[in-house]
Amino acid sequence: MNGFPILSVMLLVPALAAVACLFLGASQARWLALGATLVNLALGALLWLNFDIGGAQWQFVEHHEHVFGLFGWSLGIDGFALLLIELSVFLMPICIGASWEAIEMRVPEYMSLFLFTEVLMIGTFAAQDLFLFYIFFEAGLIPMYLIIGIWGGANRIYASYKFFLYTLLGSVVMFIAMLYMSIVAGTTSIPALMAYDFPPHVQTWLWLAFFASFAVKMPMWPVHTWLPDAHVQAPTAGSVILAGVLLKLGGYGFLRFSLPMFPEASAQLTWLVFALSAVAVIYTSLVALVQSDMKKLIAYSSVAHMAIVTIGLFAFNTQGIEGAMMVMLGHGLVSGALFLCVGVIYDRLHTREISRYGGLAINMPRYAALFMLFTMASVGLPGTSNFVGELLSLMGTYQVSTTITLLCTTGIILGAAYMLYLYRRVVFGELKSDDVRAMPDLSSREMWLLAPIAAVVLWMGVYPESFLAPMRKDTQTLLARIDRAKPAGDSLPTKGTGIVPAAHAETAAHGEAH
Amino acid sequence: MNYAAQLAMTLPEVVLSLGALALMLVAAWSGPNATRAISWAAVAVLAGACVALVGPATSGGSAFDGMYRADAFAGFAKTLIYVAAAVAILLAPGFFQRTAGDDLRPEYPVLILLSAVGMGIMVSAADLLTLYVGLELQSLAAYVLASFMRRDARSAEAGLKYFVLGALASGILLYGISLVYGFTGSTLFDEIAGAYAAAPLAGSTKSLGLMFGLVFVFAGLAFKISAVPFHMWTPDVYEGAPTPVTAFFATAPKVAAVGLALRVAITAMGPAAEQWRQIVIFAALASILLGAVAAIGQQNIKRLLAYSSINNVGFALIGLAAGTPEGVAAVLAYMAIYIAMTLGSFLVVLQMRDTDGQPIETIASLSGLSRTRPALAFGLAVFMFSLAGIPPLFGFYAKFAVFYAAVQAGLFPLAVFGIAFSVIGAYYYLRVVKTMYFDEPAGEYGPGDRLEGGLIVATAAIVSPLGYLAIPLLTAWTMAAAKALF
Repeated sequence: MNGFPILSVMLLVPALAAVACLFLGASQARWLALGATLVNLALGALLWLNFDIGGAQWQFVEHHEHVFGLFGWSLGIDGFALLLIELSVFLMPICIGASWEAIEMRVPEYMSLFLFTEVLMIGTFAAQDLFLFYIFFEAGLIPMYLIIGIWGGANRIYASYKFFLYTLLGSVVMFIAMLYMSIVAGTTSIPALMAYDFPPHVQTWLWLAFFASFAVKMPMWPVHTWLPDAHVQAPTAGSVILAGVLLKLGGYGFLRFSLPMFPEASAQLTWLVFALSAVAVIYTSLVALVQSDMKKLIAYSSVAHMAIVTIGLFAFNTQGIEGAMMVMLGHGLVSGALFLCVGVIYDRLHTREISRYGGLAINMPRYAALFMLFTMASVGLPGTSNFVGELLSLMGTYQVSTTITLLCTTGIILGAAYMLYLYRRVVFGELKSDDVRAMPDLSSREMWLLAPIAAVVLWMGVYPESFLAPMRKDTQTLLARIDRAKPAGDSLPTKGTGIVPAAHAETAAHGEAH
Repeated sequence: MNYAAQLAMTLPEVVLSLGALALMLVAAWSGPNATRAISWAAVAVLAGACVALVGPATSGGSAFDGMYRADAFAGFAKTLIYVAAAVAILLAPGFFQRTAGDDLRPEYPVLILLSAVGMGIMVSAADLLTLYVGLELQSLAAYVLASFMRRDARSAEAGLKYFVLGALASGILLYGISLVYGFTGSTLFDEIAGAYAAAPLAGSTKSLGLMFGLVFVFAGLAFKISAVPFHMWTPDVYEGAPTPVTAFFATAPKVAAVGLALRVAITAMGPAAEQWRQIVIFAALASILLGAVAAIGQQNIKRLLAYSSINNVGFALIGLAAGTPEGVAAVLAYMAIYIAMTLGSFLVVLQMRDTDGQPIETIASLSGLSRTRPALAFGLAVFMFSLAGIPPLFGFYAKFAVFYAAVQAGLFPLAVFGIAFSVIGAYYYLRVVKTMYFDEPAGEYGPGDRLEGGLIVATAAIVSPLGYLAIPLLTAWTMAAAKALF
């Protein structure tokens, strides 16, 4: 990969395709979008194969400083960014496929906006310049606003405004903090800023400014209210990309900015993150339990899962951070798949009311099986992706706060409750009405959308080492940076005598499996 | 210094004045039929004035005993003014030909040229009297332009309103000038700065007089740049004036007035920066907030853009509040980008006409434009997102620059409130996009015009992410211009 600017190419391919789509007809635009996203998937595979695990922290680096005056075009990825880019390029062709028949109106614009979103997502993860990151991060509002507003459901206009203004308000304060940081530190390079020590009292303010943005993006309770609206109104593929990738921007932001740049402030305000997360897990799980709209239920479950991510990130230890990343990846796949599952039956019956369905296991067995797998994965059943992440994340948190871990673990129980309850109402029971009885099973196109996700979900559950390996060294680098501020835990583990403690046995087991 | 050298420094104004006078004679003899030819000739004169900026006119010297400054700052501002004036001239013939009434008249380009002379003097003025003469020359031409559609009651009303309130503003400014002259003993900026620097800090009659002078001068200038609380004429005038004239008002005179305010604030009253900074900060935040809130309920696209211009002036003032060379450079960059966005928006407004060519100004008529005229809707969406400051469009960089300067100067509360208020502003820009993209199509507009379409494409290209490539050039130019003031 010497000298080949693969990251720029991965940005350029969808960008050019996005422009080209605008000048094509519906059918050509579909094929071009599919082609471009598949090319990017191939490039993503190439990226992963050439990623030197355990090598330099920043790889595939491209530096063109000061091409934009105060900031420049610098790209580069570490393990965290690599995995999230892989998630993005993996979900994109699936999104295009999911929109193949569901979107009939203004197809070229739709495909163009999705490709534009892909550019911005990859750019956000690959940016190594503070302001380049901000541009990619913030620009994502435009395509999502249009996607929700044009192709969304009945209440789409309200949802699109709410999405746009909520997230914009969160981000602009972060922008002022970024300006301050670049002026004080004299650099806009993210790696340089990750090593720069701001005075602790300044850190607190900067941390809060970044928190305002990332907490909204995440989304954390109580600023999560835009998410259910946006999800319910967005078209299926929009929900997939929103849940699958855009929610990960918040977690990525904590990982890339809040923790390494403001370690003291992060330690100082861990209580805030923990408290909001604990509330989120319990409250949103309970809210999810009483939803009658399938998409809303999954949206609320996303908020609960993201809270597991935030507690893991702020646990200041290996298990917590690796677990948080695994939950992000797992949730990206599973919630994306669940939205696709909802989309499949929505396309047939044009309603998301849970009570309209029932007995789908009888006439849609293949659908029922796949839906079962993703339900179990969402619950966190061992052998699926979410189990690994949730277990690691909660184990990491346990070392810092037993109380919070106790509260957040109820999320798994409640998660099982609302997911299984959903599954029972939709798939089991009797076929109630004729229109439900007439629904055909998954078409081969739909199988092609769901099967790859199912395979990766199992892969992550059975052999998580593939995903843990790229970020292992980065986790250690991050921990070395923030270790000085590590908050004291309340679980006070004592050193064992000869017997390997449980927490180590888990990681050791992964190591041996490798 | 000999007269030849001094006239060489004022060459752009000389070219424009002679060109305007010559064209006026041509207009008087050939009548309305020659309007298009005279328009193109006027654009050629403006291009000539642009060329004349190279050399002595931007050498940094002063002419006429220090009353006129020919520096890089004036050069940058004049370039923007001439470009905006040229576009305003090009837009007019098509518009006046289509609208009812016999308004296609050759005086229009001549008036714009005279206005451009006034604006050039405004940004070059280094003396309160030069300043006033330039301002009045610009304003007089503008009053006539506002009421150019003689048979249209709204246009006449706009002209009258503009005249009365403009005269009031001139009066306030002149009163401030007289106070400043009385207490400093000079009208030259350099000597005024010396008097402000030497003035006792507080308590004496003299410092009180100087303060009053400063407040009145800034109030007069706030009128001219339409900053809150002296903005009330803007929506009415923008709505009533013919659209090409509104496009002109929103761009060139704005740049001239902002340039004038910058020079007065920095060179004449620089030592009193602590005093005027409070005024500027208040005007900035009030303009951003009111420009955003008042725009929400507007139904007329021209009124909406009027409030948008008030909002944008507020952002530009944030750079002035910083009071640093970076701040001034940021204001200049802001104005450059603002001109592109505003001209683009008004170019789209010009396309809003029924099949008979009569202008339509309601926002509701944009409904579903993305389906009837996708390219036009895309263009306006680009300008709206850019005005809202959403990356990756170039309008984001304008805000970036001014907020960078403010944070650099340590004005954190200003920066935080300013940017938080910008979210309110985003709402009404989004509303236009929503109308075009989410609503069902309304009636179709009449066919477009090739010249206007080309100009829309050009301005949209500047505002698009491609504009970022111009940042190093823009920064170098604006910094050179800003350094000329310090």
